[in-house]
Amino acid sequence: MSTTAEPGTGHAPGHTDHGLNVPDPTIPVTFGVLAEFATADEMSHAIEKAVAAGYTHLDGYSPYPVGEAADALKFDKSEMGPVMFIGGLTGACAGFAMQYWANTFGYSLNIGGRPYFSWPMFVPVTFEMMVLTTALTGLFGLLAICGLPRYNHPLFNSKAFERASRDRFFMCIEASDPKFNLAETRAFINGLHPLSVEEVME
Amino acid sequence: MATAELPPARNTELPLEPEMHPLVQNKHDLVSVGDAIGNVVLKGEHPRGWWFGFLAGFALLQILAVSVCWLFYWGVGVWGLNVPVAWGFAIVNFVWWIGIGHAGTLISAILLLLHQKWRTSINRFSEAMTIFAVMCAGLFPLIHMGRPWFFYWLYPFPNVAGVYPQFRSPLTWDVFAVTTYFTVSLVFWYLGLVPDLAALRDQAKKRWQQVAYGLLALGWRGSAIHWRRYEKVYLILGGISTPLVLSVHTVVSFDFAVSIVPLWHATIFPPFFVAGAIYSGFAMVVAIAIPVRHWYKLEDFFTDHHLNIMGKVMLATGFLVTYGYFSEIWMAWYGHSLYEWSATLNRVFGKYGWSYWALIFFNCVFPLTFLWSKRIRQSEFWMELICISVLIGMWFERYVIVITLAREPYVLAANGNYAPTIWDYGTMIGSMGLFLFMFFLFLRYLPMISITEMRELLPKKQGGGGGHSIMENAP
Repeated sequence: MSTTAEPGTGHAPGHTDHGLNVPDPTIPVTFGVLAEFATADEMSHAIEKAVAAGYTHLDGYSPYPVGEAADALKFDKSEMGPVMFIGGLTGACAGFAMQYWANTFGYSLNIGGRPYFSWPMFVPVTFEMMVLTTALTGLFGLLAICGLPRYNHPLFNSKAFERASRDRFFMCIEASDPKFNLAETRAFINGLHPLSVEEVME
Repeated sequence: MATAELPPARNTELPLEPEMHPLVQNKHDLVSVGDAIGNVVLKGEHPRGWWFGFLAGFALLQILAVSVCWLFYWGVGVWGLNVPVAWGFAIVNFVWWIGIGHAGTLISAILLLLHQKWRTSINRFSEAMTIFAVMCAGLFPLIHMGRPWFFYWLYPFPNVAGVYPQFRSPLTWDVFAVTTYFTVSLVFWYLGLVPDLAALRDQAKKRWQQVAYGLLALGWRGSAIHWRRYEKVYLILGGISTPLVLSVHTVVSFDFAVSIVPLWHATIFPPFFVAGAIYSGFAMVVAIAIPVRHWYKLEDFFTDHHLNIMGKVMLATGFLVTYGYFSEIWMAWYGHSLYEWSATLNRVFGKYGWSYWALIFFNCVFPLTFLWSKRIRQSEFWMELICISVLIGMWFERYVIVITLAREPYVLAANGNYAPTIWDYGTMIGSMGLFLFMFFLFLRYLPMISITEMRELLPKKQGGGGGHSIMENAP
């Protein structure tokens, strides 16, 4: 770990040589450099170039989903499919087990001598439980994996970023990137001809 | 036949070039779409029509309050229930409302999977309609219970008495189906709303709006990684909602079909119920969308083209339903069951025969005569009239199924007539008040059209996603 607080590296200054890495809260810390673009394609191309240049901690921001941006970030496949599958499978098994237990052991009703474990009759509720848990794992899983809900984020410190939900497309290279260097990254982004470049503080 | 020339391929429906997309009229861009939809909510200037709908809903809601209080005070005896007709209006209204809700899920889920882009401008709206309709539907079984405060006995929960629901009963399936349906619809709707709420948060000028929409938006910032996950979840939700919506009305129809009452005990019930649900649901969507687009001047998004397509869907489902009526009579006649045939004659020509003919007129004769014409499908006045006719007709369908068959006297002791009381009507009209009240609140506080999806639908030249619809880039 590099621990020297050089100006412009984006790393928190203020740590000592005593092994205590305590940032000084009064000194603003850079979160990243934010570039603004007018179209989705420009943003996607900028991300492609940044990834090609070796940056790894970056993200695109757009008012509607831009698949090319996620592709450029090499995030080809989201993890939500397996998450929801496991959720649904768990729900289906639990739903079936619940009915099996309740109608076979918990409160077994003898109706015309029919078997207690009449599994075909348990299919509808098993199905409904599967759908229910799939949907709920989808919602809560999405929020958990995306780290939401969170009511503040460094990017919201930027005034320009308000338009990320409106008509502008952004790319942010974060200071946590090993390759990040404020001056160099700024220069690199300027080379991509964005509408504006801004240093965003934590 | 074979010599008939095919008409030249028309290019008016869904042209391939997104530039010519007729689904968004006029030259909109990302900002103007956000303003046109978002300012309805943010500016808070509401047309006179909004007040009309809201106050009408509010007034009818009071009728519901009085009816339910009276019911809770005296018990279910204030309704016209008796022993052969133990369900009465409560289940008629339950099935009617839940059927209306189905169109919302159909539009948001099934049409999503089928890449029908015209759904974009009506899906939010119809999903809201689904949620409110399911709430109205759920109200009826709850208040029909003699002791509604024990409603949680419907669910399995560990209890000292060691009593659990009977999972072999379609009524228990119904509890799970409707609960799941409501929850999943809510999740689907809310998830769709999150990016729009974020857009409203950033667009809002008033402090309370920034705070309220900001809280509801959960900190959404439109990250490309988040979008990809989001689209995947949205796609899977669409995928599981599709069998769900079919299962819900199937289970509702099992409430009848599993019994041994003649004409209820029929295998046609599940598809017949699902088709009827979609028919009435589309009618409700169009019946509400026409005045709302007029009041809010949203004709650019909810175009005449939409009316045309929805009219076609209603035409198709209307014929499916009509086929169901035919099949019921045919099976009774061809099946040589004395009971089925006598029940059929009684239904068509008996004491309640008027309700059968009302159903045939409102559901089949009137709409299916006029829906053939494109001019009529694109006329606001005629579509409104046809949709109201379908809503009445579908209500009568459930009335015919429930009342005329349940009151057939098979034992002398159960011989009687059914007549709804003023409290039956009060609860029914009141539930419409509940629906309108919530719907107009929704129009006021949440974007009625998906801003995000409309932006995706815009051509690339205008800054949009070039007709991509949500989930299309969700591997």
